[in-house]
Amino acid sequence: MNWDVLFDFSPFAKESDKVLEAFWATIRLSATTGVLSLILGTLLVAMRVSPTPVLRAIGTFYVNTFRNTPLTLILVFCSLGLSDTLKINISDETSVNSFWLAVFGFSAYTAAFVCESLRAGINTVPLGQAEAARAIGLPFTQSLRLVILPQAFRASIAPLGSVLIAMIKNSTVVLVAGYIEAAAQMRQMFEDYGATLPIFLGFAAGFMVLTLPAGLLVSHLSKRLAVIR
Amino acid sequence: MTTLTSATPPKKKSKRPKAEPTVLFDAPGPKARRRNAILTVLGVVVVAGILYAIYHRLDQADQFQGRLWKPFVEGSTWTKYILPGLGGTLKAAVVAAVLALLFGVVFGLGRMSDHAWLRVPSAIVVEFFRAIPLLLLIFFIFSGPATIATGLNREPPHISAFTAVVAGLMLYNGSVLAEIFRSGIQSLPRGQSEAAYAIGLRKNAVMRLILVPQATTAMLPAIISQLVVLLKDSALGYIIAYEELLNEGFKQIPANYGNLLPAAIVISVIYILLNLTLSRIATVLERRSRRSRKSSAPTMAAGAPTQIESGMGNAAF
Repeated sequence: MNWDVLFDFSPFAKESDKVLEAFWATIRLSATTGVLSLILGTLLVAMRVSPTPVLRAIGTFYVNTFRNTPLTLILVFCSLGLSDTLKINISDETSVNSFWLAVFGFSAYTAAFVCESLRAGINTVPLGQAEAARAIGLPFTQSLRLVILPQAFRASIAPLGSVLIAMIKNSTVVLVAGYIEAAAQMRQMFEDYGATLPIFLGFAAGFMVLTLPAGLLVSHLSKRLAVIR
Repeated sequence: MTTLTSATPPKKKSKRPKAEPTVLFDAPGPKARRRNAILTVLGVVVVAGILYAIYHRLDQADQFQGRLWKPFVEGSTWTKYILPGLGGTLKAAVVAAVLALLFGVVFGLGRMSDHAWLRVPSAIVVEFFRAIPLLLLIFFIFSGPATIATGLNREPPHISAFTAVVAGLMLYNGSVLAEIFRSGIQSLPRGQSEAAYAIGLRKNAVMRLILVPQATTAMLPAIISQLVVLLKDSALGYIIAYEELLNEGFKQIPANYGNLLPAAIVISVIYILLNLTLSRIATVLERRSRRSRKSSAPTMAAGAPTQIESGMGNAAF
């Protein structure tokens, strides 16, 4: 009997620097993607509610396309299609290059969900608010900027938080784009030490450490900033 | 529900007007029309520019050669790669969906049990599987049991890629569904169960006859959009070489014909059509259950991320 497969956490001690580095990579990836997808998502939602039909159509097309394509496909495409076939490369250094290619694909995907969360937030604003804004003569941009969006952003915090947490978990798929982050490191350790329970639990706990505080912070914020009606 | 971005006038059953009415802006006057026209032209120019840039890139990389696209108009490509792949995807998704629904019902009800010995373990299971990335789960299910069995001097079980994908999808989506079930039942007004108890029904009957039927109507759209997630996540099978659509269409076809980009486009179109069909069903159901008076629960939205509670990863993707 070799109970190590159930209780031996020593691989983490041996590879602690590599594991920490992998999780640091996950954090960097998630943070960069978070910022980029928030910018792109806001732009998309502005297009989706705009008075111009063409812009609305473009926004809808984008969201439908990226929301319904598997992330795995997008990321494999980014690494093989963009870099190998089309020769679009950002940097000569492999790790930097694969990082940015992954970030672009991942942000393009996440932005569709950010856009939908923001739109859900806009939909929680009562009709009367928009009507009142128009009644006092505010044009579209001002009613959006002064009345609708401030309320919508606050209502969007909870769904945006879900998107953030899902994004952190989804960052594991980036291993198909050849960037070494936590999931790739776990797979490597599965190969080196065998797929033992402690290794799996250790990485699972690592992700919980990342997602739990994010979840708590978001639910705290969404309660504190909720628009009282 | 009338919302800001799609405020359809009530009681008007005639064909939808061309521009979806919204309260965010007035009917455009001359100035706004001019601005709209400018923005339209600008939008078209920018999109055309992007499309041209893509076209130019593709052209430079010689991606418009007929031979790269030819495989997709030949029947043999479809019967040899794409259809079997699609079959693999659908098989995994359907099996996983059925199992996940069962898992969700069992653990969702378990979490609402009056007995702590049932409630606490259910809560731990649901929260654990919701909190960890699906990919880690699939990796572990794929190779973990063999290692552990060997370590404990047992015969190592054979876990196929199919089993790993299905089990992973079941545990993760089942946990999300458990939360949907729970919040669906909790969103019913208290008066429903109180009235049921008052007429002398037992706990079991209250759940079975009063709460579950009403909650199901309200939950259906949310359940279906979770099933869309499940279908899309089945593409993770690609990573552990399960023969599904992505693997067949995006690894095998390019390996044989060297047409990675055309393959990516065709395969993603298939995925998009599949998912859009399912989402469409969710929207129709949502609209129908919003109209009906059979349930006293507010209908959960299908499209937006399921906002059960803003806690741990109640992910909508």
